[in-house]
Amino acid sequence: MTRRVTVGPFNRVEGDLEVRLDIDDGVVTSAEVTAPLYRGFEQILRGRPALDALTLAPRICGICSVSQSLAAAAALRAVDGLRAADNGVLAANLAHAAENAADHLTHFYLFFMPDFARDAYAARPWHPDIATRFKAVQGSAAQQMLPARARLLQIMGLLAGKWPHSLAFQPGGTTRAIDLGERVQLLSIIGDLRDVLERIVFADSLDNVLALDSAAALERWREGRGGDFARFLALADDLALDRLGRIALPLMSYGAYHGGDAPLFAAGVFDPATAQAHPLDPNDISEDVARAWMRDTSLRPSEAETDPDADKQAGYSWCKAPRLAGRPVEVGALARQAVDGDPLIRDLLARQGPNVSVRVIARLIETARLAAAMHDWARRLDLRAPFLGRAERRGEGAGIGLIEAARGSLGHWIELSDDKIRRYQIIAPTTWNFSPRDRDGVAGPLEQALAGTAVGDEGARSVAIQHIVRSFDPCMVCTAH
Amino acid sequence: MEPFNVLWLQGASCGGCTMAALDNGHSGWFADLARFGIDLIWHPSLSEATADEAVAIFERVADGAQRLDALVLEGAVLRGPNGTGRFNMLGGTHRAMLHWVRALAPCANYVVAAGSCAAFGGVPMAGSNPTDASGLQFAGVEAGGVLGAAFRSRAGLPVINIAGCAPHPGWIAETLAALALGGFDSEALDSFGRPRFYADHLAHHGCARNEYYEFKASAETLSQQGCLMEHLGCKATQAVGDCNQRGWNGGGSCTSGGGACIACTSPGFEASQNFMETAKLGGIPVGLPLDMPKAWFVALAALSKSATPKRVRANATADHVIVPPRTDHGRRK
Repeated sequence: MTRRVTVGPFNRVEGDLEVRLDIDDGVVTSAEVTAPLYRGFEQILRGRPALDALTLAPRICGICSVSQSLAAAAALRAVDGLRAADNGVLAANLAHAAENAADHLTHFYLFFMPDFARDAYAARPWHPDIATRFKAVQGSAAQQMLPARARLLQIMGLLAGKWPHSLAFQPGGTTRAIDLGERVQLLSIIGDLRDVLERIVFADSLDNVLALDSAAALERWREGRGGDFARFLALADDLALDRLGRIALPLMSYGAYHGGDAPLFAAGVFDPATAQAHPLDPNDISEDVARAWMRDTSLRPSEAETDPDADKQAGYSWCKAPRLAGRPVEVGALARQAVDGDPLIRDLLARQGPNVSVRVIARLIETARLAAAMHDWARRLDLRAPFLGRAERRGEGAGIGLIEAARGSLGHWIELSDDKIRRYQIIAPTTWNFSPRDRDGVAGPLEQALAGTAVGDEGARSVAIQHIVRSFDPCMVCTAH
Repeated sequence: MEPFNVLWLQGASCGGCTMAALDNGHSGWFADLARFGIDLIWHPSLSEATADEAVAIFERVADGAQRLDALVLEGAVLRGPNGTGRFNMLGGTHRAMLHWVRALAPCANYVVAAGSCAAFGGVPMAGSNPTDASGLQFAGVEAGGVLGAAFRSRAGLPVINIAGCAPHPGWIAETLAALALGGFDSEALDSFGRPRFYADHLAHHGCARNEYYEFKASAETLSQQGCLMEHLGCKATQAVGDCNQRGWNGGGSCTSGGGACIACTSPGFEASQNFMETAKLGGIPVGLPLDMPKAWFVALAALSKSATPKRVRANATADHVIVPPRTDHGRRK
């Protein structure tokens, strides 16, 4: 007999979340995911002076505020066909990477790992060690990680004034030119990040971590190794986390950290079912509101409005349903690394497809790659050149800003008239991952990932549900914005 | 010693106040909380308890079975549509956050608004305020809000408004620690309920651009070093906060980062437009430094402009120092 259970408030997801599960014989047969908060940023921005987006858009999200700033700046830049100063691009990359690395570490240590300290696992041999290390608020790992995170975010003090919610990110670059001593301070902070990753997270040099190029190499590497990554891998094996949260939807990335000849992480779509990568066409992006508490305006974000309708009978979420060429896609660090062709991630995907375990692995591998890239960017800053380009703005027409936040693809579609905002549409990473069903009844990525999960008699209390949901590192405040 | 129990809820928030709080202290925020005997009985971003385990905590507090020293709300309270609060439901409870705030606030010894949204409504109130957002005890500058102007928590205080978007990590941590230490009374709050330990200062105090301010040597566009008040919208002389006295993220601030102060500690800051442009009337900024008569400001500005040293004038419109201070061959008088 099918019974329906509601899970919420779903915490450690950055914001709030509600999940409804249909459970039949101890197995989830169907899931509905609800974003329970709508603040109306797209309505708030309408009619405002164009540049006010740079003050308001970052305030969509306190955990990925630089990402929101950069998407707004990119959209405004696109309207006017501007180019950002080279230093501004590098400084923005540095701040963005600092935020994203901080987010990956925050997710791993504060949001994801504490679930393994639960009493539900008290019988597992690893539980005492893991509970001491990762217990929510009290575990030893968080005591180490919070000061390290605060240190990493000092990059914001140097380049952007403060975090979250900085005004430093502009269409022409960034507002703060740094000097010789400050470059050294930057490199020192980046060195501290590297040190934390090598000592605490990986228990090995980043060079060795970045050389891991296959599932077999990862197996050999983790044998007898300390560090929190290897702790996770041991858990993942014991609990078969690679069998949880499986889906085989296309993985999408807008490409991340621009400047130079190519982005650090390539743009595109990788289909785990065929192991083929192909280019991304932003014109293929649509947003369906069939099951959202929204009135239907247009499928195209460049033509749509956001018009809430709390009484819509068919609705079950404030989140719209974005689709790429009509299909849901998964976004995030896993997608970025798969699209970019990271050999370890590609090999893991070839074996198991997207799942809870590989999502976490991709996030930590990406953090290692970021630490290396940040060092390079800081060295490349030309301290005699400007950080902010000067250019006349026209403030007329449409533009798209596509960037990669920690949690995946973030797009701002903007239309200006007389330098005022006529239309502002935002599709955030978790809008993709936690989308509701569309007009064809096709479920969103999390909804698909939850279906088929064995929950036994525990039902809504099953820890498996917690792992699957958090493996996406959702940001619910961004989702409906 | 009994722990000081804190229940932290997020309404219509961006989560940024929590992200800021996590930035506090050399030993990390958790260690800092423990040092002052503060027990987070539940926090949406941090606690193990989830779903019905969390709801059970709220119900015990509402029933009086669990003592609550401080209820902290992060984010605005959404009253819409039509007073139902359905724009912000608390997952799994079939009830709006509006309901939970009203149910839990009377149970707390202190009610704390973390950030300008919970305090005054903040950014969700901007423009047409599409969700009927409000702060706990203010909606913009209007007293009232969700709990009403007459509301007093069990300890007899109005809502404590840690205004800021986001607030400095220290403002949050020190307010909670001061409450746990005891002796926190209405004298500690200003007329908008903001803790005076930071609200008795202006964001302008300690600004690294102070020499440019003194001589009215102004930046003309962003990324220049001059004062941001005349052209670029800076409200630091009107906004409360010790922003430039304590560093953000190791030593930064909005103005050091090259951005104007947007007065994010002030109720209604979100209603401004053209944040990075100074509104003027007859060439004079509309917003003048607090406590300063307009005629004196105009006279002093004219005088200091005429006295601006060449070095200050040149550096004001450059993105780094192009004229260094004179060395005078090492002589000092």
